[in-house]
Amino acid sequence: MTVGPATFKQLHLQGVRREFDAFTALKGLDLTIERGEFIALLGPSGCGKTTALNCIAGLLPVSAGRIMLDDRRVDVLRPEERGFGMVFQNYALFPHMTVRKNIGFGLRMRGVPKPELEKRVDAALAAVRLESQAEKLPGQLSGGQQQRVAIARAIVVEPPLVLMDEPLSNLDAKLRLEMRQEIRRIHQSLGSTTIYVTHDQEEALSLADRIVVLRDGAIRQVGTPAELYALPAHLDVADFMGFRNRVNGELVGMEGEDALLNIEGTVIRGRMRAASASKAAVAAIRPDDLEPTGTDSGIPVRVEAVEYRGRGFHGVGVTASGTELHFASPHPLQRGAAVRLGADAGRVLVFGDAR
Amino acid sequence: MSAVLESRAAGPTLRQKLAARGIDGATLLVLPCVALILGLFIYPFLYGLMLSFEPKDGSLFGNYARFFSDPFLYGTIFKTLRLAFPVTLLNLLIAIPIAFRVRLMRRQRLLTTLLVLPITLGTVLVAEGMLFYFGPQGWFNRAMMAVGLLSTPISVLNGYWGVFISLVLTGFPFTFLLTLSYVTGIDPSLENAAATLGAGPAARFREVFLPLLVPGLAITFCLSFVQAYSVLPSAVLVGDPANATRVISIAAYQAAFEEYDYSMASAIAMIMGAVQLLVVVAVLGCRSLFYRGPAAGAKG
Repeated sequence: MTVGPATFKQLHLQGVRREFDAFTALKGLDLTIERGEFIALLGPSGCGKTTALNCIAGLLPVSAGRIMLDDRRVDVLRPEERGFGMVFQNYALFPHMTVRKNIGFGLRMRGVPKPELEKRVDAALAAVRLESQAEKLPGQLSGGQQQRVAIARAIVVEPPLVLMDEPLSNLDAKLRLEMRQEIRRIHQSLGSTTIYVTHDQEEALSLADRIVVLRDGAIRQVGTPAELYALPAHLDVADFMGFRNRVNGELVGMEGEDALLNIEGTVIRGRMRAASASKAAVAAIRPDDLEPTGTDSGIPVRVEAVEYRGRGFHGVGVTASGTELHFASPHPLQRGAAVRLGADAGRVLVFGDAR
Repeated sequence: MSAVLESRAAGPTLRQKLAARGIDGATLLVLPCVALILGLFIYPFLYGLMLSFEPKDGSLFGNYARFFSDPFLYGTIFKTLRLAFPVTLLNLLIAIPIAFRVRLMRRQRLLTTLLVLPITLGTVLVAEGMLFYFGPQGWFNRAMMAVGLLSTPISVLNGYWGVFISLVLTGFPFTFLLTLSYVTGIDPSLENAAATLGAGPAARFREVFLPLLVPGLAITFCLSFVQAYSVLPSAVLVGDPANATRVISIAAYQAAFEEYDYSMASAIAMIMGAVQLLVVVAVLGCRSLFYRGPAAGAKG
């Protein structure tokens, strides 16, 4: 019953570049996406993730490079010839059409006969649980309902590829959680391939099979959520994955896989993630992994502030040179107290200055 | 003051009730406008209406009876319609594709400035220009003869087409600027959405743009039509004011300033207004058959 282009095995981006006048938004993207995967393009605003999505959808022409579905070249096709489904950040529902007409639009454009069209629209309405709103105009729906109409409209044509551009960014926190599950459920029940653009690492971690981290128009790292969370390959990626503490230090040696880093006179162990040409390196540690040692080892800090966080305490300490360190503590600490902070070697990532 | 205190105990004060309906001190700022409209529009209109019922022969409907029994007079209604309708429609049909092209351009301001110029010049200056340009020794005829397309000068002026061209020239910028504002008011992501759903350019125009534009185009049509229907200077200067382009405003002008029959002139002006009103009401009535809401995407 598939209408539009046949399904595919792999989507290849080969050196996809996009230039706006003097500004290069995408600096040659290489990526292979397997059929059925849920891929998240993650990055801060301005990193080129929406540009990449628009290039795949055909809404922006690529300046160089190719986009291939298996061995079929698609970057030369117009968007209406690609047959990809797209969910827009502002939903882009047709304001003059009812929910039913909005969802049926893609099928009508493909010339699907009326009885089948009605049947499939009904099925799509049921999939997003909007049967009772079918005859309303988009303006009469809430944000979450509009979002679901937008998703239903994109998936009803059973596109081989679904593109989503920050679809949850306009919703409140509670609705965002619900819709996240909904999107994952729809993706699994359809078995479609999804590319999902977001700047929210939690969204990416919970939804995606693989995450592509973009920065300044280039791919920094590709990996499963677990890989990226535990072992980011780049300081930027670590930053995005919640490694809030970044401390400068000096490499003083290696012990097996562990690097020894001298931070203001204290030597700590960490996993070497990126090689260093000189002795300068940066340690990245999540606040949750940094704790008072209770011994005379660890980085000495003076406690600046302590916050109650339910399961424990969140502290902010300052080292002798003035670097702020965020840490966790199971018990309350006095402001101004002197403590020493340490973390497991496996939880400390050491990045060299070679980029 | 006790009344205020009492009502405060009983419920919201009169002031609060008025404020809830959107009436407060700032509402007074509307008064100068109301005075202006009353003085410059409503009063002259009513005065003219009364005047039109006081014809020279003393009967109540004498002017109207005379107008509708004399083909030289009632014919002007159709002569004017014959000009105003096609001109307005043509302007709109040219404006739409150009507006669709211009909406994608980056330097729109220069173009819009250029287009505003003919509006500020006025119809008289445009008609004067046409007299030179299309005259027997004008550029148009000389160029045509030089190229060999014409052997003798043709006369575009002093007839229906002269007025037609002048109305297109003076009416187009207005029609275009209005159309452009409606076209650019449509959220571009709607077009993108339609494209990703498989709609080609023609389908996108038919299914998305046109339904969202119709209400705005109806208003544009009405405003442009009313402007074209009240044509006077070019009908005299580049037309055939005694015959083919004897528009209704010429009839009113002659009644007022050649026959000095202000009552008759008022009656003609009233008939002119009624025709315009009929067309506007008909067009806006059709508009209500279409969707009339925000043309941007729905709220976020």
